[in-house]
Amino acid sequence: MATTSVMGGSVRRREDPALIQGYGEYVDDLTRTGLLHVAFLRSTVARAKITRLDTSAAKGMPGVIAVYTHEDVAHLGPLLAQVPIGKLRPLLAAGEVNHVGEAVAMVVAETRYQAQDALDGIEVDYDILPAVIDLKKAASDETKVHDELESNVIHTWTYHGYWEALGLEDQTPQVDAAMERDDAVVVSLEMTNQRLIPVAIEPRSVLAEYNPGYSCFTVHSSTQVPHALGGALATTFGMKSTEVRVIAPEVGGGFGSKLNVYNDEILVAFAAKELGRPVKWTKTRREAAGSTIHGRGWVGTATLVGTKDGQFLGYKLDAIADMGAYSQNFTVAIPLLGLWIASGQYKMPISWTVACVVTNTMTTDAYRGAGRPEAIYYLERIIDAYAREIGMDPFEVRKKNFWQADEFPATMGCGFSLDSGNYAAAVDKLIEVSDYAGMRQRQEKARAEGRLVGIGVGSYVEVCGFGPAVLAEIGFSWANYGLPASFNGSGLVRVNPDATATVVIGTGPTGQGHETTWAQIVGDGLGIPVEDIRVLHGDTREHPMGIGTFGSRSVSVDGTATFEATKKVREKAAKIAAHLLEAAAEDVVFEDGAAHIAGSPEKSVTWKAIAKSAYQAHTSPEDVDSGLEAHTSFSPGNATWPFGTHMAMVEVDPDTGDVEILEYHTVDDCGNVISPMIVNGQVHGGIAQGIGQAMFEDAIYDAEGNMLTGSLLDYPLPTAADLPSFDLHRTVTPSPINPMGVKGIGEAGTIGAAHTMVNAVVDAVAPLGVKHIDMPLRPKRVWEAMQEARA
Amino acid sequence: MNVSMTVNGRSVSADVEPRTLLVHLIRENLNLTGTHVGCETGYCGACTVHLDGKPVKSCTMLAAQAEGATIMTIEGLANNGELHPVQEGFWERHGLQCGFCTPGMIMSAAALLQANNNPSEEEIRHGIEGNLCRCTGYHNIVRAVEYAGAKMRGEEPAAPDWEEVS
Repeated sequence: MATTSVMGGSVRRREDPALIQGYGEYVDDLTRTGLLHVAFLRSTVARAKITRLDTSAAKGMPGVIAVYTHEDVAHLGPLLAQVPIGKLRPLLAAGEVNHVGEAVAMVVAETRYQAQDALDGIEVDYDILPAVIDLKKAASDETKVHDELESNVIHTWTYHGYWEALGLEDQTPQVDAAMERDDAVVVSLEMTNQRLIPVAIEPRSVLAEYNPGYSCFTVHSSTQVPHALGGALATTFGMKSTEVRVIAPEVGGGFGSKLNVYNDEILVAFAAKELGRPVKWTKTRREAAGSTIHGRGWVGTATLVGTKDGQFLGYKLDAIADMGAYSQNFTVAIPLLGLWIASGQYKMPISWTVACVVTNTMTTDAYRGAGRPEAIYYLERIIDAYAREIGMDPFEVRKKNFWQADEFPATMGCGFSLDSGNYAAAVDKLIEVSDYAGMRQRQEKARAEGRLVGIGVGSYVEVCGFGPAVLAEIGFSWANYGLPASFNGSGLVRVNPDATATVVIGTGPTGQGHETTWAQIVGDGLGIPVEDIRVLHGDTREHPMGIGTFGSRSVSVDGTATFEATKKVREKAAKIAAHLLEAAAEDVVFEDGAAHIAGSPEKSVTWKAIAKSAYQAHTSPEDVDSGLEAHTSFSPGNATWPFGTHMAMVEVDPDTGDVEILEYHTVDDCGNVISPMIVNGQVHGGIAQGIGQAMFEDAIYDAEGNMLTGSLLDYPLPTAADLPSFDLHRTVTPSPINPMGVKGIGEAGTIGAAHTMVNAVVDAVAPLGVKHIDMPLRPKRVWEAMQEARA
Repeated sequence: MNVSMTVNGRSVSADVEPRTLLVHLIRENLNLTGTHVGCETGYCGACTVHLDGKPVKSCTMLAAQAEGATIMTIEGLANNGELHPVQEGFWERHGLQCGFCTPGMIMSAAALLQANNNPSEEEIRHGIEGNLCRCTGYHNIVRAVEYAGAKMRGEEPAAPDWEEVS
């Protein structure tokens, strides 16, 4: 059985009893009296003018209450975006469509089936235009996606120029000069980091109610950012924040796909207000594939220059990133997250350019890792190719170029400082726990038998828990949604009169176990049992402020706010206890659910007595206000920078190209750990999504812009039978950025895994002469690479 | 049309459109919302229930096809408040994160262990490959099923494999 200790212990999750018995409450589980249902008519073509849109037949169909098109909602403006570079999404198609899956009309009907049926009653004529799908063609402006934009290239990120105010040095001349050196080894590869579909297993769902008597919205949505949605609704409808309540109940996975505010959320709320009845919409899987954000979608050339003995001299990336047709939330800013970690764990000059390009496809945005897996993939793949070129062990070449433990905080060329790290120690541990020497021997033996066995190594550093607050100046906040221009954390801790505690947090779980982790933080700080602590999240009416769950920020930012609020409550409780014990507050010690004077445990006062006193003025000290709660916000002075190194051993079938994963080892470092159980779970899931990209997943549009991977048959997620058990280990290098010394871990596994897998497969087939295979490494692609090399 | 069946030990009947899916009958007519819809095509398995003792995907069956059948959903798995060993295993070994795939996953795992309470890791992985999970990477789901198997055999489950903080 899992232990029951608090900080650092693996407490069984507080959220599980409901979820394992089917009592978890997700949005689609909710119903209301008089509930109406929505279905969207979505574009079947990638780029066209709408020459006729006739909804009259649909309006007469059984059960249909309303059919809305652009004219009905034009007054609400386009969908808000935090980084409004490029073209913003109209709520419903405005005379033209720009990707398959774009919402053209919305049907509201008495039942879900009637709403679906009525879609057949809507007639649309499209004047089809050539679709712009291929990224390089799009970047060439051969055909423009949007007439009103100057170019399909809507922004370009460069390493030294991304934030002019920082005055960063352009290191390109250093990298170019290194390439001219006589002893330079230059290795270059063009690689694709393919477009992915996030696929949270719960499809997004919205239930909106409007009460005209109170002029109030209540909107349940499967979202990672209830406050941002609340802000967007208030801004769009011209309402006060007190008139909009957004609730995110259980959310069935997010991975960034529920971090956007979507047009459908605004539209369902609009319908509820117009019709005076509750309205619900739940996305179908096929709909989700074409109209929930995608991730990744880069092509680029990575070049590493170094000496023959393994010293890196410089790294260059020249890439194009696919933005899709419309910019939503952070779309254009996603590559910037990659830029910040473009140099990985290594000390070397960088030249890095990523052009953001629009195409006639679904919008891309933050999918688990968001810019960081792409950046690390290019870097770590080219390091692998370089090590192979000079014949050096992949661990040795990395260790030779790492920032050393005594160099932290280490300021990179992008201006950010790596907060703490001991990269070589993590590698040394990995070499030891995996029996790396033994693995190489087994590989040699297998190769001697003619088998294709490979070992791949991949390091990563991540940037998460974003700070400092000045980042708001380059758009990192929810200011365009009416929220404060910061990514501060928020936590409220209240000890109730019966000595239970209520904790209200500004971030919520989409599976990460916040209700348990926060109970551990508060339980540890107060000495109140974890089972007496209730953690509330996801309801904008309960929470003073909430930035939401993304960028692996919850524990290091909102957790810190809660940690600090807990300290304040404890200080106040100490004053009350001191009053009851007739002693000085600084002498009060909390232990075993009670307070006593240091050195005199026999004279104690229970939490129950302290809590009761706090709410009755006649028993609390005169200078202490009634109640026992504190709300604290935390503004991180820097991001946190977790890191680690992964290793995979694979075997490739020489006849079919099928890849079997034999072993997977990691050493990850996310600073101090609150729950080893939950941290490991995050790494497991992250690795699976990284392996998913490396081996299986590929969101494909054909040349005409048809989505070819709209179902889970065409878009294969890893199954239990595709994956091995993972061998996880950790080192602990606390972060100096927050008092708990924690760093994020939600995305680390994904950032570490994809290149590790490709490095392993390339290692397996390298004896045949294969230098690179683009993801996903499905059997056909591996087989073709082998055939080409053999020929 | 009218359909009648036994669900979680209770006789139920409902008037539904002939095209009504079994999962919609379960969720919307019977208000048993623990059975989830993740893909409407039978790939994700979130809708898995037991029909006459066998796991089926209730999103690819019509309610009418279940006429007269005996159905068990996730809400019927615990016995008088006592968790089924698979439910206990998922809790003890962190076999779930967001919980959305969990009811279907648990129903598949329970059926697997009913047929063979001592499966190998490979048998477990193949036994649940019709159920997709996006959160856990399946590692702890496999550990949870191993835990449940040990319990069902009357053995002590293996200790958790996470490295505790020293």
